[in-house]
Amino acid sequence: MKRLLLGNEAVARGLYEAGVRVVSSYPGTPSTEITEAAAKFPELACEWAPNEKVAAETAAGAAIGGARSFCAMKHVGLNVAADPVFTMSYIGVNAGMVLAVADDPGMHSSQNEQDSRHYAKAAKLPMLEPADSRECKAFTKLAYSLSEEFDTPVMLRLTTRIAHARGVVECGGREEAPLREYQKDPAKNVMLPAFARPKHEKVEARTKALAQWAESCGINRIEDNGAEIGVVCAGAVYQYAREALGDKANYLKLGMVYPLPEKLIRDFAALCKTLYVVEELDDFIESHCKALGVPVTGKERFPRCGELSQRIVQKALTGEEAPAPALGAPLPVRPPVMCCGCPHRGLFYVLKQEKVYVSGDIGCYTLGASAPLSAMDACICMGASVSALHGYNKARGEGAAKKAVAVIGDSTFIHSGVTSLIDIAYNKTNSTVIILDNSITGMTGHQQNPSTGFNIYNEPAQAVDLEALCRAVGIRRVRVADPYDLGLTRQALREELAAEEPSVIISRRPCALLKTVQHNPPLQAAPEKCVGCKACLGIGCPAISMKEGKAHIDPTQCVGCGVCVSLCGKGAIG
Amino acid sequence: MSQVKSVMIVGVGGQGTLLASRILGSAMLRKGCDVKVGEVHGMSQRGGSVVTYVRYGEEVFSPVIEKGEADVLLAFEQLEAARALPYVKPGGLVVANTQQIDPMPVVTGAQGYPRGLLEAMEGQGVLVEPVDALALAEEAGSQKAVNVVLIGAMARRLEPDESLWLEALRDCVPERFYEMNEKAFRLGWGA
Repeated sequence: MKRLLLGNEAVARGLYEAGVRVVSSYPGTPSTEITEAAAKFPELACEWAPNEKVAAETAAGAAIGGARSFCAMKHVGLNVAADPVFTMSYIGVNAGMVLAVADDPGMHSSQNEQDSRHYAKAAKLPMLEPADSRECKAFTKLAYSLSEEFDTPVMLRLTTRIAHARGVVECGGREEAPLREYQKDPAKNVMLPAFARPKHEKVEARTKALAQWAESCGINRIEDNGAEIGVVCAGAVYQYAREALGDKANYLKLGMVYPLPEKLIRDFAALCKTLYVVEELDDFIESHCKALGVPVTGKERFPRCGELSQRIVQKALTGEEAPAPALGAPLPVRPPVMCCGCPHRGLFYVLKQEKVYVSGDIGCYTLGASAPLSAMDACICMGASVSALHGYNKARGEGAAKKAVAVIGDSTFIHSGVTSLIDIAYNKTNSTVIILDNSITGMTGHQQNPSTGFNIYNEPAQAVDLEALCRAVGIRRVRVADPYDLGLTRQALREELAAEEPSVIISRRPCALLKTVQHNPPLQAAPEKCVGCKACLGIGCPAISMKEGKAHIDPTQCVGCGVCVSLCGKGAIG
Repeated sequence: MSQVKSVMIVGVGGQGTLLASRILGSAMLRKGCDVKVGEVHGMSQRGGSVVTYVRYGEEVFSPVIEKGEADVLLAFEQLEAARALPYVKPGGLVVANTQQIDPMPVVTGAQGYPRGLLEAMEGQGVLVEPVDALALAEEAGSQKAVNVVLIGAMARRLEPDESLWLEALRDCVPERFYEMNEKAFRLGWGA
């Protein structure tokens, strides 16, 4: 049956059809929907792990245990999972193991633009890169046979435009992959130096064998249109090049981006007068060609930053541009904002008023950095808010610590914030950490996590007791505040900053978008009471604006959270 | 069918542009076309500008639409319609919801909401069809049906076989909301 599937859904379909049994992931845009879609197949045991390292290790253990296994993550998640991935390369597999990594060129929803292909080379793992949903399914299935044939985990690289594009996929049935027998084999599975040394030799030989496979595997293919121009490309870029150049170019379409073929590239070069490598982000394929001594043009013509598109390819290779209408005047921008009723808004309003240094983290609350709240000083990666606050306070001393906080979401705290909190307790800085507990993983679209009390199937699950956890690592001052109550939130903040020991404030209120959250009727601003002072605009609620000098609340957006009520000195909102 | 058609759908995060793109994609798949739908998930969904691309025809390569390439622009909000104007082909069709949603610089008073946007777009060589989709969605029974009203309004201009669209609608919305959505679709179709 033909269906219109997201690339991510097509990967999940491939997992189902390939007989995969165990799936463990941590959500991260643009990879999240793979695991969400996989969880719809009862044959697959799926889970949200606390972080990507745990997910990769779970998949590794399952593969050693004889089940085809899988984990997915975004590009920065692979940094977290890198440790097991590098050594699983040595161990190899029993049943097949595939790791999907979704890069985000253009940074639609990410803090950096790293090119994960370098990981494949560094960890010496084969990496496949599909160019549409059909290939997402096909390459996923192929990855399992490759994994078992070459005794290696296989990486599947996606980019946003593949992961989040729907395409037509022919869906088939599941081919069961029975649990393989497990036999104790320390020389294969225990990576002591004595066992790892010969494994490294094997890994090098395996990479050579895979490079040989790449010469004739079928997923690396030449499309000879008898043209003078040749384009070497993979993934979404193949689609851009085909769109831009059609039959006016020959293509070497690479389905495997590591290891890369040699003879195939030389053969292709021989067909073409001028050879281009077109790739997003780094010059990964280009460097390989140049190292082979094959003359190609790449980053001289194409940017390293941001996404490519058919227009960019067309302009770079033909100089043509399409006419486009435009309005003369610049338009007001519309950046993403915290939603109406977002529990983070009240907390960030208080942080801004108190003029504290805010060590930020990854989640919806990173939007607290935007105007008018503008209450964030730094944001690095998952979990870094807590440890970076510790470092900031170590550097700047007690005085600074009394005017500085870390903000971190419930899911992010579980992911990697708790280890940083241990550092604060153990290596003692007088730090104040605020856990924004909105009872869900928000930014990626509402995934359960170990603190919510539910698993990926929305079944009741063991919930981490955040207060008890913080106390257990040695934080004695742990308190809960409701961010809808600005007064109590401010009081909690002032008292914990003043305290002579580290403390945790749990700012607790469920995400306003959760279906279980009941909304109040929309509020109204009484024009006869409003003096147009704009105090209510300070919280940056998208429902409140000024209309003819008076505050106006959009009834289609307001969820009646009431945070604005306490800001109005004239009692105009109710 | 050989010519690939490009439809760009723009709006504000939370307005339901993804469902609209799915209904269009599903209708064209049912018609036998190759289809690609480019979506963006994640951070930009939080009240920011959102864009989805639907392309269909005999064989579709790129899932994205670039400047000057859209045959049709379906806009859920006036300012977003104007922002996406450069993506419309000269002579292209713009089906635009007349609804206005203030972006943060307007909310904070740093900028005003530009006036006369749809009229100004008409002057740029595209055909603009304004639709009061919010009023029609309320008539259908839910403000949330703005997306289905707009799909209805665009559908009649793209493909006259109404039954194809209703089947696609059934593919994409939960059964318990189908009746309300069908009403919304028909109100849009007549707009």
